[in-house]
Amino acid sequence: MNAAERALYRDIGHKGLWENNTALVQLLGLCPLLAVSTTFVNAVSLSLATVLVMALSSAAVAALRTLIPHEIRIPVFILIIAALVTCFDLAFNAWLHELYLVLGIFIPLIVTNCIVLARVEAFAAKNSPLAAAWDGVAMGAGLLWVLALLGAARELIGTGHLFTGIDMVIPGLHAIQVFGDEYRGLLIAILPPGAFILLGLLIAARNAWVARQAVPGPLPQRGGEAVSA
Amino acid sequence: MSTGTPPPVDDAMAAADLPAEPVPVSAAGSAVRSALLLGGFTVVFTALMALTYDATREPIKASVEARRLELIGQVLPPSEYDNVLLRDRVTLPALSALGVNGPVDLYRARLGERPVALVFETQAPDGYSGAIRLLMAVRADGNLAGVRVIAHKETPGLGDYIDPAKDRSRPEWIRQFQARNTTDAASWTVRKDGGDFTYRAGATISARAVIRAAGRAAAAIAPMRDALFALPAGADAREVFQ
Repeated sequence: MNAAERALYRDIGHKGLWENNTALVQLLGLCPLLAVSTTFVNAVSLSLATVLVMALSSAAVAALRTLIPHEIRIPVFILIIAALVTCFDLAFNAWLHELYLVLGIFIPLIVTNCIVLARVEAFAAKNSPLAAAWDGVAMGAGLLWVLALLGAARELIGTGHLFTGIDMVIPGLHAIQVFGDEYRGLLIAILPPGAFILLGLLIAARNAWVARQAVPGPLPQRGGEAVSA
Repeated sequence: MSTGTPPPVDDAMAAADLPAEPVPVSAAGSAVRSALLLGGFTVVFTALMALTYDATREPIKASVEARRLELIGQVLPPSEYDNVLLRDRVTLPALSALGVNGPVDLYRARLGERPVALVFETQAPDGYSGAIRLLMAVRADGNLAGVRVIAHKETPGLGDYIDPAKDRSRPEWIRQFQARNTTDAASWTVRKDGGDFTYRAGATISARAVIRAAGRAAAAIAPMRDALFALPAGADAREVFQ
């Protein structure tokens, strides 16, 4: 791999994890984000499945891109994504059955997660399979860390525990009770509004960070709303 | 139909993002080509799904049965019976006492030849948000072995104490059913309504729904237990309830 390629791959990674972050910047794929981020384990599990689907579907589309006529590319992309998701759904059901019962409807719904189709259309259809797979992983990983943070925060605030349900994925591990027994939990954090509020706070934090980076030292009046992510 | 397409048609794909060049190809020819390709992709990816389905069919069946036995283990310890529980089954008709539309599987636990307990599902239609599905076991002596909530949509942190897997703070609530005599099951209810079951203040509806559904089901099934144990495996239990 030469220097130019290395730079390209680093750029793809940076875009996926931070600059073009799915959840914080593009605000795509919010349906699963809000629905399953009630606990850390649920959030990370569904994100990992999404990462795998994105990597595989991007690689498959990139490999087949010369065969797919431009006019029917969207049905073909959807076909590829839906077939891969169906395979994942069956595999989850067979080998991670308890987790399958929890994630339930949200695994098939990865098909409808617009970020998967968006990356296939915007990136994989024009690039090599390796770069496309890496783009899928980077974009998925960007979703993963935000979802993990959101899931952990909602679980902690809502129930006082962390890692509830970890035994469904790794048998033998147990949830951690962070706050004492007298902590009753703040119910709103687990309900859908809690997801919106916490996601809003995360986006605000990111924007504040970006705004500060963009204003070098003693020129505060250059910042503000002019800087947008 | 013109099959004599000019040479650079395939290359037009690579330049698809450029402004449309006048590629001399008939609309019908291009449509047929697209249709064939789409058909080809469909066949390939359907085959992929079919292979995966075939490879996962047995593991999924095993997972579903293991999960079922694990759930049953929470109302009836597996050490108490030694038959193949999921095979020793009779079909209950749609009874209003069970709150389920359609037939219900009833499993019969035995230790050697001795009947141990009947395990079946029932449903409380009147939970705070929708139906609550219950799994329960009635012992051969007519007492209740246990009740367990297997699916519900009660409010997290409020009504979901009926399911100790969801709200771990009150695991003793569902244990009130253990070893209870079922002769007065039809009148079971919460203390607030004159019964003797506890509940969480502010979330009575969930508790009341579970207790009444379990009581109705126990009152319907427990008196018939001898007849149900006597049926051959796989039988329809309709005549028992006539």
